[in-house]
Amino acid sequence: MARTHSAARRPNQRHRLRKRVELTVLLGPPLVLFIGFVLVPMVFAAWYSLYNWSGFGPLTDFIGLQNYGGVLTGPDFHEALEHNLIIASLSVLIQLPISIGMALLLNRRMRGQTTLRLAVFAPYVLSEATTAVMWLLLLEPGGPVDALLKSVGLGGLVHYWLASTSLVLCTLFIVITWKYIGFGIVLLLAGLQGIPAELREAAAIDGATPWQVTRRVTLPLLGPTVRIWIFLSVVGSLQLFDIVWIMTGGGPADASATMLTYLYFNGVQRTEFGYGATVSVVLFAISFVFALIYQRFALRRDTAGALTRAVG
Amino acid sequence: MAALSASADRYSRRPDVVRERRTWLSIPASYLVILLVLAITLAPMLYLIAGGFSSTAQLNTDPNSLPHPWVWGNYAAVITSSAFWQAVYNSALIAVVATGLAVTLGSMAAFALSRYTFRGREALFALFIAGLLFPLNTAALPLFLLLQHIGLNDSLLGVALPEAAFSLPFTILILRPFMRAIPGELEDAAIVDGATRIRFLLRILLPLSRPALITVGILAFVQSWNGYLLPLVVLTSQNHYTLPLAVTNFESTYTQDTARVFAFTGLSMVPALAIFIFAQRKLVGGIVGAIKG
Repeated sequence: MARTHSAARRPNQRHRLRKRVELTVLLGPPLVLFIGFVLVPMVFAAWYSLYNWSGFGPLTDFIGLQNYGGVLTGPDFHEALEHNLIIASLSVLIQLPISIGMALLLNRRMRGQTTLRLAVFAPYVLSEATTAVMWLLLLEPGGPVDALLKSVGLGGLVHYWLASTSLVLCTLFIVITWKYIGFGIVLLLAGLQGIPAELREAAAIDGATPWQVTRRVTLPLLGPTVRIWIFLSVVGSLQLFDIVWIMTGGGPADASATMLTYLYFNGVQRTEFGYGATVSVVLFAISFVFALIYQRFALRRDTAGALTRAVG
Repeated sequence: MAALSASADRYSRRPDVVRERRTWLSIPASYLVILLVLAITLAPMLYLIAGGFSSTAQLNTDPNSLPHPWVWGNYAAVITSSAFWQAVYNSALIAVVATGLAVTLGSMAAFALSRYTFRGREALFALFIAGLLFPLNTAALPLFLLLQHIGLNDSLLGVALPEAAFSLPFTILILRPFMRAIPGELEDAAIVDGATRIRFLLRILLPLSRPALITVGILAFVQSWNGYLLPLVVLTSQNHYTLPLAVTNFESTYTQDTARVFAFTGLSMVPALAIFIFAQRKLVGGIVGAIKG
């Protein structure tokens, strides 16, 4: 009896040991990479944010939370945050309706549909740097865009697209829309294709007009996708950097500064790394709080909320 | 009554075609909208490429006509310049290393998280997924501080490693459900035939997961290829510049020679667009899959 018992246990133990070794081999390397380059930098940022440090020598000038005071009460940072929020709101108010309209249009069966989808998505794969330099060339004063406006008799619309403090944010928003709207459209198209055709057919057979079908059946069912669209769009708006930095450097006179251009200018270019680390922590906190709140109030009902449920 | 059943019959047979065609024909304005969207999307890119064939003088005086005469010198100068090829090489090297690491380590983690049961599995998955809330751009400066500590500043590896790490969350997010969906009977059969689990991973699961692997690979590659802020902060010497850095650097160096900037920028679009055309279905499908979780 005792013999059979131990004989049954030994392979079991060996099996368990083997499983443990396999799990270590499989999970060890990815965990090391992930912790080392995703989590540790955040700890670094939190640590450096307590010091006044400009890149040379040891960390000695401990200043506590002074950097945080500087960031959170500074008018420049507030202005930058405001620009991020303006871009985020414009995205939801202007890009989203256009994207939904385009997705509804592209969801129809028609000739050249695949090509159309390809074309709409193409700007998304260009690098931000290429996109920014391209639009910089096109929007030059007296450049192609101005010349085009003049040649169609809209010369009155010509402006200093990137040099006017009142216009620069709008111009950047148009470029950002050009670059990213294709992604949003593809996302919404996927959502539309997830809606069973029977539902729309049933409504049509019951006498609903195409507009009513769209308004009462399709759009409500598109809700989860729209909520994810908004989430990605707002998080993206909070992280805005490449296009803005290359096209305007945050100028003129900080009129297009974002939190990340503020970070790059104050932290990296002026080599105030302690201060820059503080901005990183604040930016991360803002994104994180938004994600948690949004998850709680908007994504809760959606299965697709898995993305944020993990930490929420 | 007959008409009603006939129309119902029509609906049941090819409902979509019938209804869509009707609305399609009734709204020819859709055509206009689509043409407009196509023009807005494609015209800037086509203009940029054509601009590279103009002379700077023509671009200054008459920006909106086709190049006359067509000038090949701008593209020729870029194609023969070492700065362009060095940047392409750097970008490619970083992207290949980052993608290779992300896909290899990502599939290892996804395998462990999908086909083993152990305590803390869901917590570990949640930890990886939490990385999605922490975009690479936010971490650029902290990463710079870290890389300085471990002596990887101004090195291509210093860009590739963080990019791989930041690609792990979506790689795992896409691969885990995919690997989970492969039936357990396959695994049992392999084990009965004497295969170890690792062998099962290498010989059966990975080949079966190929579509998902290609998707995450392309996503990781494109993200690395287009990355800007991290290379900007980490890479200081010009011979380490990636293509995006080289484009902006070229633009600010040759401000006066507009046509050459057009050519350089135009050429910089080619690799990304080529990858896109080659893999568009997988890329678009993959993004959709990633979002749907």
